[in-house]
Amino acid sequence: MTEITVTPLGAGQDVGRSCILLSIGGKNIMLDCGMHMGYNDERRFPDFTYVTKEGRLTQHLDCVIISHFHLDHCGALPYMSEMVGYDGPIYMTHPTKAICPILLEDYRKITVERKGETNFFTSEMIKTCMKKVIAVNLHQTMQVDDEMEIKAYYAGHVLGAAMFHIKVGQQSVVYTGDYNMTPDRHLGAAWIDKCRPDLLITESTYATTIRDSKRCRERDFLKKVHNCVDKGGKVLIPVFALGRAQELCILLETYWDRMNLKVPVYFSLGLTEKANHYYKLFITWTSQKIKKTFVERNMFEFKHIKPFDRAYIDNPGPMVVFATPGMLHAGLSLQVFKRWAPNEKNMVIMPGYCVAGTVGHKILNGVRKLEMENKQMLDVKLAVEYMSFSAHADAKGIMQLISQCEPRNVLLVHGEAVKMEFLKTKIKQEFSIGCFMPANGETAVMETKHNIPVDISLSLLKRESAKVGLLPPDAKRPRVLHGALVMKGSKLQLIDAADALQDFGLAEHQLRFTSTLAFDEEGPTTETADKIYQLVKSQLKDFPTHYSSDGSITISDSVLVQVSGDEESKSVLVSWSYQDEDVGSYLLQLLKSELVT
Amino acid sequence: MKLTCLSANPSKPCFILHFKGVTFMLDCGLDVREILKFLPLPVVHNARLSKLKGWTSSDDKSEENAMLEQELKQCGGNVFVDGMIEFSIPEVSITDLSQVDAILISNHNTILALPYITEYTGFKGIVYCTDPTLQIGRQYMDELVTYIERTPKTKVCTQWKADNILKLLPSFLSDTVRPRMWKKCYTRHDVNSSLARVQVVGYNERRDIYGALTVLACSSGYSIGSCNWVITSEYEKICYVAGTSTLTTHPKPVDQAPLKNSDLLILGCLTQTPTVNPDAMIGEFCVNAAVTLKNGGNVLVPCYPSGITYDLFECLSGHLDTCGLSTIPMYFLSPVSDSVLAYSNIFAEWLSTAKQSRVYLPEPPFPHAELVTLGRLKHFNNIHDGLNSDFRTPCIVFTGHPSLRMGDVVHFIEMWGKSSGNTIIFTEPDFPYLDALAPYQPMQMRVCYCPIDTSLNFGQANKLIKELKPTHLVVAESYTQPPVSMPHRTEFVIEWEPGPLTYKRGEIVSLPIKRQFESVELSSELAASLEPSEVKPGTSLCMITASLVVKDNKYLLKPLSSETLSTKRRADGTLIRPKSYIWGKLNIQSFVDALTKQGITDIKVESTGEDGSIIHLSNDDTLIQVESDSTHIICEGEEAVRTKLRDTLLKCLHKL
Repeated sequence: MTEITVTPLGAGQDVGRSCILLSIGGKNIMLDCGMHMGYNDERRFPDFTYVTKEGRLTQHLDCVIISHFHLDHCGALPYMSEMVGYDGPIYMTHPTKAICPILLEDYRKITVERKGETNFFTSEMIKTCMKKVIAVNLHQTMQVDDEMEIKAYYAGHVLGAAMFHIKVGQQSVVYTGDYNMTPDRHLGAAWIDKCRPDLLITESTYATTIRDSKRCRERDFLKKVHNCVDKGGKVLIPVFALGRAQELCILLETYWDRMNLKVPVYFSLGLTEKANHYYKLFITWTSQKIKKTFVERNMFEFKHIKPFDRAYIDNPGPMVVFATPGMLHAGLSLQVFKRWAPNEKNMVIMPGYCVAGTVGHKILNGVRKLEMENKQMLDVKLAVEYMSFSAHADAKGIMQLISQCEPRNVLLVHGEAVKMEFLKTKIKQEFSIGCFMPANGETAVMETKHNIPVDISLSLLKRESAKVGLLPPDAKRPRVLHGALVMKGSKLQLIDAADALQDFGLAEHQLRFTSTLAFDEEGPTTETADKIYQLVKSQLKDFPTHYSSDGSITISDSVLVQVSGDEESKSVLVSWSYQDEDVGSYLLQLLKSELVT
Repeated sequence: MKLTCLSANPSKPCFILHFKGVTFMLDCGLDVREILKFLPLPVVHNARLSKLKGWTSSDDKSEENAMLEQELKQCGGNVFVDGMIEFSIPEVSITDLSQVDAILISNHNTILALPYITEYTGFKGIVYCTDPTLQIGRQYMDELVTYIERTPKTKVCTQWKADNILKLLPSFLSDTVRPRMWKKCYTRHDVNSSLARVQVVGYNERRDIYGALTVLACSSGYSIGSCNWVITSEYEKICYVAGTSTLTTHPKPVDQAPLKNSDLLILGCLTQTPTVNPDAMIGEFCVNAAVTLKNGGNVLVPCYPSGITYDLFECLSGHLDTCGLSTIPMYFLSPVSDSVLAYSNIFAEWLSTAKQSRVYLPEPPFPHAELVTLGRLKHFNNIHDGLNSDFRTPCIVFTGHPSLRMGDVVHFIEMWGKSSGNTIIFTEPDFPYLDALAPYQPMQMRVCYCPIDTSLNFGQANKLIKELKPTHLVVAESYTQPPVSMPHRTEFVIEWEPGPLTYKRGEIVSLPIKRQFESVELSSELAASLEPSEVKPGTSLCMITASLVVKDNKYLLKPLSSETLSTKRRADGTLIRPKSYIWGKLNIQSFVDALTKQGITDIKVESTGEDGSIIHLSNDDTLIQVESDSTHIICEGEEAVRTKLRDTLLKCLHKL
């Protein structure tokens, strides 16, 4: 189990339908469970038959983690848990748990009531599904079971968006969901500590974009809106009810205040008021500045922005309308668009990403004639503006996150293949780490290598530290530890070698070698001994040598040299223990070649 | 491992804990009870308080005595200090605060002395607490500073603190704990700079302390964001449990799992009112308030701005509804009333499940948000902040400070104290209510004492300890004997066999925790190079000589590089070489057989005693002496023969 495998069921080289299967340390985890906005058939949901052809998913999955409340990350959740069948834990943050069921219900209504689809999840299923949810707090270590723990980090993308650190044994993975590395008007920036995961699974929506400063974009946006209403035009801003909408509202609200503008600003009813209320109650999840000032003034109580009524669509004069949904694929925003599109004085500002197949995507790609339902053609004469306010990390942000958490591998999801390819090259270049970008249904496998934790006896460690502690500090001096590693079952202990031998009743066996060299040499034995001593000192200078008064020489721990004999012939005894085998045998050869000629 | 207790009041704890080279401060409680010794600070000029008679020890007219007369005033049959209010702070003189690495705070009640610790003391460490504790703690400090600064008294009284005078004073004053150590109130600047050192943590968020230890806060159920602390090394676990409640109120319930099976449990902050049940007291509080209101009287509730006050709003408004008194206005006066009410709405994650689920709707978690919207609960910064234009009686006023020594409550007692139709209801357990009321006597107002202390009582604490099963227990000395005022209530003690370790102010407790192991990691390269041999069924052993890398108090063993092996020396100057061990007893016969296989002939074995033998290899001019634990090869011949003998022998023995 030194492998981590990842298989995207959705969001592999694609945006939408995020659903990634992760296997780590024998655990199977589903990361996100989203729907695809571009499809209306079975392709809108991930293909769960990949996990199991029949039966429920419960026994195949240890947990499901939802990163944030956008439908492309949680839209398939009730389908997965109630219609396919999953009863295990589902983890998400508190704001996600609060908002997610509302968006799911909204999505269900549009699909079932407007489009008349059957075989879709019901309100009841959403409720049962949400009962399986366990809410997590930021930075809290949540024990999923005895072996697996997860921890959420702030992701900044929308209210309650989180990145998840998943750890099983020593292996770990970070899944980012969608995130934003630059703080905006209502949310803070994503942050993670240096957790050094084996794998970072990151979104790559803006893999090739480096966005200019946020201030410029905001100024640009305000100028466009102001110019349009000055000329008597109407501005439509399609948004999703939660997230970008609040940021743009704060932006317009402060601008209207400062410029003292009287042109009405509307926000489509329904979700919105509720949405703002969520922001008020979950203010701890917003930006520093909003948190600091919320007692005096809650930023989500708007003065200039009024609720919108369908009857206002044909009101004369300029106005600004925020309407849902954000990709002009259905609902009020599409209705307003159809009425305003033929007038060139009007303007539509698309503040976020549009999935292929939606009206938003078409007009952004320059389509000026749209075929609507019942074969009617719609002339698009109004100005179409795209402003990237979508809160995803850009290329720079992704690189920044990689250097923040220092993963050993990176895996890209939630982006387009061509752009991923570019980013992959860059990541490999800059960080020299593995980078993967599996397509849907394709499995990426990575090996992991880990150190092995061992219990070391404190006395052994302290003895070593005490020795070092006495010496002047020197970072380059190698610290060497010698001990016996005891392996009993899965328990590893490093203890003093002598203690270990004693503990296991292992009597140490002393092995000693003695050889005597006999040769003829004139002179007193002390002279020969002196000669040997000088030889040893020059040839074995790395070893402590001791020349004792009785004429014997000791080298290293156990090597002994003794000279005996008379005036003519000498015999030199060399004796050493196995511990000093290398020194002893070397010395013997040395003496043989130097003395015995 | 040592624990030093710095606080005389176990309900406002402060400790220093030394463990594994790290110095912690556990909590930073301010013993506010001591401010009862001062005269109240009136909100508006108060003729009665300014005309009090001085107190002297004798009739002599010395200058000293005259000054003492200025400092001490007789009031309501007691003696009070008339001067700048000073606070009894933790005993910091016995410790070097610059050596404190981290301060762990349990809840907003135990953070109030923080500026005294972190400012002007050389403190360089980090303070850890939860976000609600930081925000609400800040409001408490702000309120305290505002009350003190609003009614400035410049006169600092010191004469009365002299030992020779103290002993002459009535016991109310002479019993004070080291009054010369008292400090004047911190400033707003001190509060801000002190709280800037705080790093907020979430429940169950592990925080690393210098790589040596991990600290973790887990819910304690006492107030919003209140926590118990778990300090762990790889092998030991120390739990600090202070301010815990097992009752169900508005905060998230206590989380016991992380506290289980610790090596040591430090217990503090048990209930200050062991004789009463907080649930019954809330009921009594509501009934008393309703009766007074029905009779046209006003109700005054001295309170802190947060904590149990939220429950009082909720319970009282509900009770008034059932009594048909819904139209009675509730006023909440505190310099921080805006903030505490606003903050109570945004801490959903820290609340009980019932409160949390309201936020999902989305509705404010506390009913007082609706009371504010409906205008039933009106909040003001102080009595001058628009209260006049709106004031209707009969009414209920919640205001501070519960010591009755400062804040708007002083004004309301003066205003309503003369009428027996009005009622003052004490709910805060921090102050003996008779002492609190002493400077206002004589007084006609009805007095109710309904202390609500949700902290563990002795029964709950004993049950908790049994469940948590710590190896050692440390408690306040006062918890091991019945309360002084109730010596016969022997059930009000902590039971622990054979008797827990105890702490009291100024004492250092040696804790019986002996560390035996540390964690070290083997690099995968080193692990792959090891060749363990089985020395017993199921147990393997191998010798390691490796290079030790120490970084951030984490230990890593890596293979010795070849360069290190040949050139570098150990700390003691010897050359670094791997060591090997040979063990076992040589079986002579198998050794001889092995030698024969190697082509050595003419082997003669001669027994020399019990376990000894001598093997002669006359062809090779060699003699081998074998004992049970040693072998000596005396080889006069070729090196090749010696190495052959060596290798054969090693095969017959075990090598590590």
